[in-house]
Amino acid sequence: MDLVQLQRQFVDYKTSLYHEGFLDEQFTQLQELQDENNPDFVVEVVSLFFEDSERLLNELARALEQQNIDYKRIDAHVHQLKGSSSSIGAQRVQKVCIAFRNYCEEQNVEGCLKCLQQVRHEYSLVKTKLESLFQLEQQILTAGGSFPM
Amino acid sequence: MGLKLQQSYHHSVTVKVNEQMGTKRGYTFIQANRAWLPKFLLLWVMVMAFLSTWIYKKMDADNKVRRKEVLSTMCDQRARMLQDQFSVSVNHVHALAILVSTFHYYKDPSAIDQETFAEYTARTAFERPLLSGVAYAERVVHSEREKFERQHGWTIKTMKREPSPIRDEYAPVIFSQETVSYIESLDMMSGEEDRENILRARATGKAVLTSPFRLLGSHHLGVVLTFPVYKSKLPPSPTEQERIEATAGYLGGAFDVESLVENLLGQLAGNQAILVNVYDITNSSDHLIMYGHQNQDGDLALLHESKLDFGDPFRKHQMICRYHQKAPTSWTALTTAFLFFVICLLVGYILYGAAIHIVKVEDDFHEMEELKVRAEAADVAKSQFLATVSHEIRTPMNGILGMLALLLDTDLSSTQRDYAQTAQVCGKALITLINEVLDRAKIEAGKLELETVPFDLRSILDDVLSLFSEKSRNKGVELAVFVSDKVPEMVMGDPGRFRQIITNLVGNSVKFTERGHIFVKVHLAENPKPMEDPKAETCLNGGSDEDALVSGARQFKTLSGYEAADERNSWDSFKHLVADEELRYDASVKMKAADEASQSVTLMVSVEDTGIGIPLIAQDRVFMPFMQADSSTSRNYGGTGIGLSITKCLVELMGGHISFISRPQVGSTFSFTTVFGRCKRASFSDTKKPNAEDLPSGFRGLKAVVVDGKPVRAAVTRYHLKRLGMLVEFANSVKIAASACGKNGSSCGSKTQPDIVLVEKDSWLSGEDGGLSLRTLDRQQNGHVFKSPKMILLATNITNAELEKARAAGFADTTIMKPLRASMVAACLQQVLGTGKKRQPGRGMLNGSSVLGSLLCGKKILVVDDNMVNRRVAAGALKKFGAAVECAESGKAALKLLQLPHSFDACFMDIQMPEMDGFEATRRIRMMESQANEQMNRGTEEGSIRTGEWHIPILAMTADVIHATYDECLKCGMDGYVSKPFEEENLYLAVAKFFKTKPISDS
Repeated sequence: MDLVQLQRQFVDYKTSLYHEGFLDEQFTQLQELQDENNPDFVVEVVSLFFEDSERLLNELARALEQQNIDYKRIDAHVHQLKGSSSSIGAQRVQKVCIAFRNYCEEQNVEGCLKCLQQVRHEYSLVKTKLESLFQLEQQILTAGGSFPM
Repeated sequence: MGLKLQQSYHHSVTVKVNEQMGTKRGYTFIQANRAWLPKFLLLWVMVMAFLSTWIYKKMDADNKVRRKEVLSTMCDQRARMLQDQFSVSVNHVHALAILVSTFHYYKDPSAIDQETFAEYTARTAFERPLLSGVAYAERVVHSEREKFERQHGWTIKTMKREPSPIRDEYAPVIFSQETVSYIESLDMMSGEEDRENILRARATGKAVLTSPFRLLGSHHLGVVLTFPVYKSKLPPSPTEQERIEATAGYLGGAFDVESLVENLLGQLAGNQAILVNVYDITNSSDHLIMYGHQNQDGDLALLHESKLDFGDPFRKHQMICRYHQKAPTSWTALTTAFLFFVICLLVGYILYGAAIHIVKVEDDFHEMEELKVRAEAADVAKSQFLATVSHEIRTPMNGILGMLALLLDTDLSSTQRDYAQTAQVCGKALITLINEVLDRAKIEAGKLELETVPFDLRSILDDVLSLFSEKSRNKGVELAVFVSDKVPEMVMGDPGRFRQIITNLVGNSVKFTERGHIFVKVHLAENPKPMEDPKAETCLNGGSDEDALVSGARQFKTLSGYEAADERNSWDSFKHLVADEELRYDASVKMKAADEASQSVTLMVSVEDTGIGIPLIAQDRVFMPFMQADSSTSRNYGGTGIGLSITKCLVELMGGHISFISRPQVGSTFSFTTVFGRCKRASFSDTKKPNAEDLPSGFRGLKAVVVDGKPVRAAVTRYHLKRLGMLVEFANSVKIAASACGKNGSSCGSKTQPDIVLVEKDSWLSGEDGGLSLRTLDRQQNGHVFKSPKMILLATNITNAELEKARAAGFADTTIMKPLRASMVAACLQQVLGTGKKRQPGRGMLNGSSVLGSLLCGKKILVVDDNMVNRRVAAGALKKFGAAVECAESGKAALKLLQLPHSFDACFMDIQMPEMDGFEATRRIRMMESQANEQMNRGTEEGSIRTGEWHIPILAMTADVIHATYDECLKCGMDGYVSKPFEEENLYLAVAKFFKTKPISDS
C-alpha cells in the first residue's frame, strides 16, 4: 500500500478512536512520552495494561462467583482497573468502572455482573482497536514512514 | 418539692454526663419522662391538697382543745362558787336550828314564839339570800295531837289545807318566817317527799335536800333544805334510834336555786359565752333539772360536767356547761391552709412549666441538630457535586487544551498562532474559573484565603485582555491596557484573585459596550495629580449639560474619542500622569530606595468603558448580589449579577475599596485600589513563576514611530512597545512621521532611523494622502542606504477590502490586531523582522518541558503506585524530563526503599493502595525522618547545623480535585499533590517548590 494512504488511514483511524470515545487525551500524552530513548513506550505500557486488565478481569469473575461476595476486594480490583485504564486513556473502560464501583458500594450483585460483562466488552473492544492501531503503525514503520501527529 | 429538686439536679447531671460522653442524642431525665409530666403535676397537687387539709385539721383540733380547756375551767369555777355559797346558806340554817333548840327547848318556858321567830328570821334574812324563807315544824306523835292542838288553838292540817288524818307522827309548822307564813300549821309529813326528807334528816342529823320542784311563791325551781332539831344533847356518835328519839322538830328552808345560780353567774365574767345547767342526778336514769332550760340550743357538741356537793350525801348534783354558740370557724387555720395550698400549687405549676419548657427547648435543640446534620450533609453533597462537575469539565477541557497545544506545534501563520494561543489561554482561564467556582463556596463562608506569591501584573492584564479580545473585536470596541511605569514589575499578592477582579470588571464592560473603548489603567494610588484637576471634579456623576450638548460634535480626548464618564482618563489629565512619570522617573530613582522600604504598594486600577452606563436609580445597588440595573438588563445582556458583589468582596479582602462613576448613555468607570506587597528583587529573580511571561529581549534598543492622532491611544501603544525595550516616538499623522523620517534620513545620519513605523488605522484612513505619504516614506527610505523601516498597521477590526487596500498602500509587512499585548506584538514583530524564527514553538511548551527538564534532570525520584500501568506511565513521564526513576508497588516497599540514608530527591505517592495507603506510608516516612533528625541533632548539638535535615518531598498523586483531599495530604505530611494523569504544568508547579532551577547549561 502507498505510504501516504497508509498514513492517512492511520490518522483517520486514530481520530475515529478519539471521536468514538475509546481514547482520550491521556493517550496523546502517552504518545508524547515516547521518544528516541524510549521508542516502544506506548506499546510497552499498553501491553502492560492488557496483561494487568486480563488478570483483574479474571480475578473479578472469580470473586463474583463466590458464595459470599467480598465487595471490598472487588472494589479494590475495579479501582485498579479504573486507574490503569485512565492512565492509558481508555476512557470507555474507565467510565464503566465508575458505574461498577457504584454498584459495588450498593452491594448489588446483578449490577456488578452486568458491569463485569460491560467491562469485558469494552476492554475487548479497546484491545482490538489498539492492536489494529499498532498494526497500522508497524506497517508504516516497515514502509519506512514516520507518524503524523 | 424535694422530688422536683432532685429531678432538676438529676437533670443537670445527665446533661453533664451527656456532654462528657459526647453522645449524639442526650435524652435527659425530663425528656425521658415527658409523658409523665402532667401526672407528676396531678400527683403534686393531690399531695399538697392532702397536706393542707392535714394542717387545717391540726390547727382546728388545737383550737378545740383550748376551747374545751377554757370551758372546763369556767365550769369548775362556777360549780365551786355555787357550792361555796350553798354551804354558807346551809350553815346559817344550821345555826338557826341550834337557835331553836337552845331557846325553844332548853329554856322553859320557851323563849321563842312565832313573833320572835318571824322577827329574828326577817332581820337575819340578809345572811341567807338564797333561802326564800325558813320555818320550824315540831315533832308531834299522835298521842300528843289533842294536847298540841289545844295548846296552839288550831288543828293540824295537811298540805292540801285539810285537817290531817290520823297518823303516827305529825310535823306541823309552828314558827315561820313571814315570807312563808302561809305554811303555818301545815303538816310537813303529809307531803310524800317532805316526809322522806324529814325521816332522812333526823336519821342522819345532817341537812338534807329534796329534789327540785317549783316553789309555791316564785315558781322558780327550788329545793327544800331540812334540818333536824334535837331536844337533848346527843351522845357522841349516836345511833340512828337515839337520833330519832331525841328529835324535837325540823327546821326547813326553801332554796331558790334558780336565782342562786343566776346571781352567781351574774357576778362572773364570760357570762354570755356559756350556758350553765344544773341537774339533780340522784336518780341516774332521770336527771331533774334544777337550773336552765331542758331544751336549750347552744353548742351541743361540747359540754363539761362538774360535780356539785351540797352537803347531802344522798343527793347528787352536777353542773353542765356548754358554749352559747357553736365554735366559730377558725379563719386563721383556714387561711393558713389555703395559702399554703395556693403557694404549693403555684410552685408546682412553675416547676411543671419549667419542665415543659425544658422539654420544648430540648426538642427544638434536637430538631436543630438534625437540621444542622442535614444542612452539613447538603453542604458535603454540594461540594461533592462541585468537585464531580468540575472534574467532568476538566476532562474535556484537557482534551481541548491538548489539541490546542498540538495545533500550536504545527506550522501556523501569526494570526492563526494568535487565535490558537488565545483559545489556549481562554481554556486555561476556564479551568481557573472552575477552580474559582470551587472557591466561591469559600467566599460565601468567609473562608477565602488569599495567596501571597510574586506575580507580574502586566502579563495578567494582557491575559485578561486576550480573553475578551475576540468579543471586543467583533463589536468594534477598542480594548486597551496601560500600566504606569512606576508600578513595580513584580508584586506580592494573589494573582488569581486579581485576575478574577479584572475579568469581572472588563467582562461587564465588554458586555455593556457597543462602541468606543474599554480602557484598563493601573497606576500608583499615591499619585495625587489627577485628582487635582478641577474639571474632573465637576464632571463626576451626571456631568454638566453643556458637555452633553456639545458631545456629539466634539471629539473627546479619550482613547477612542468617545466621551467617558470619568474625565480623569482623558488626555488632559492623562498626559500629566505620563509626563509626570517621565520627568520623575529619573528623579525618583533615589526615592525608590525609600519606596521599597515600605512593604506594600497601593495600586489604583480603573476600568473605563463607553457603554450604556448605569441608570442613576440603580447606582446604589450595583454591588448587591443578584441585583442588576433592571430586569430587562438580564434579558438583553445575560448574567446573574453576582459578579460585582464578588468583586467587591475580593477587593475588600485585598485591603482596598471599589467605587464607580457612571453616566447613563456615556459610560462607566470602575476604579478600585488594592494593596500588594513589594517583591524583594532577590526573591523573584531566582524563582521564576510561570505567569511571569518571558518577553523576548531581541527588540531592545529598536526604534519605533507610532502614528496616532489620539494621544491616549498612542501612550498605550508606547507602553507595550516600551515593555519590549523599544524606544518610541510619537507622530500625529503619517505626514509628520514621513517628514520626520525624511529629515532624519537626509540631514543627520547620527540619529537612528526608525526600525518600525506603527500606524493606527484611523490615522491612516483619515489622512487623504495616506497612501501617497507612505509611498514617499518608502521611497525616501529606498533612496538611502538604511534598510527601510517596517510598516505595521494597527487595527481594532479590519475588513478584507481594507486589508487589500492596506497591502496596496504599503503595509505589506503585517497588521497587528488590537487589543495590543506585549507578547502578541513581540510575536508579530518577530515575524516581521525575521528574528527568532520559530525559536519558541509555544509558550506552554517553553515553560513546560524545558523548565521541567532543568528542574528534574538528574534527580532521583521514587514512584509509588500499586497499579502497574500507572506506575509505568508516571515513570515514563518523569524519565522524559531526565529524572532517574525508581518504582515501588506498595507503601511497604516504599518504606523499605526510603530507609535512611537514601539518595532519593522526591517521592510521588499514590493515595489509594491496598494494605498501606499513601497517607499512612507518608506518616511512617515522616516519623522515620523525624527520629533520624533528632538523633542527628543530638549528635551535632554544638555545631547546630540544620542543613542536613531529612525531609524528602512527598507529592500525592490523585485523581481527585477536591480541596478536602488536599488538606488531608498536607495533614499527614505531604508537600503537595499532582493530579493524575500527569499534566506538565501541574507537575511543574508542584515540583518547582522543591527544586531550584538549574542553569540551562547543566541540562
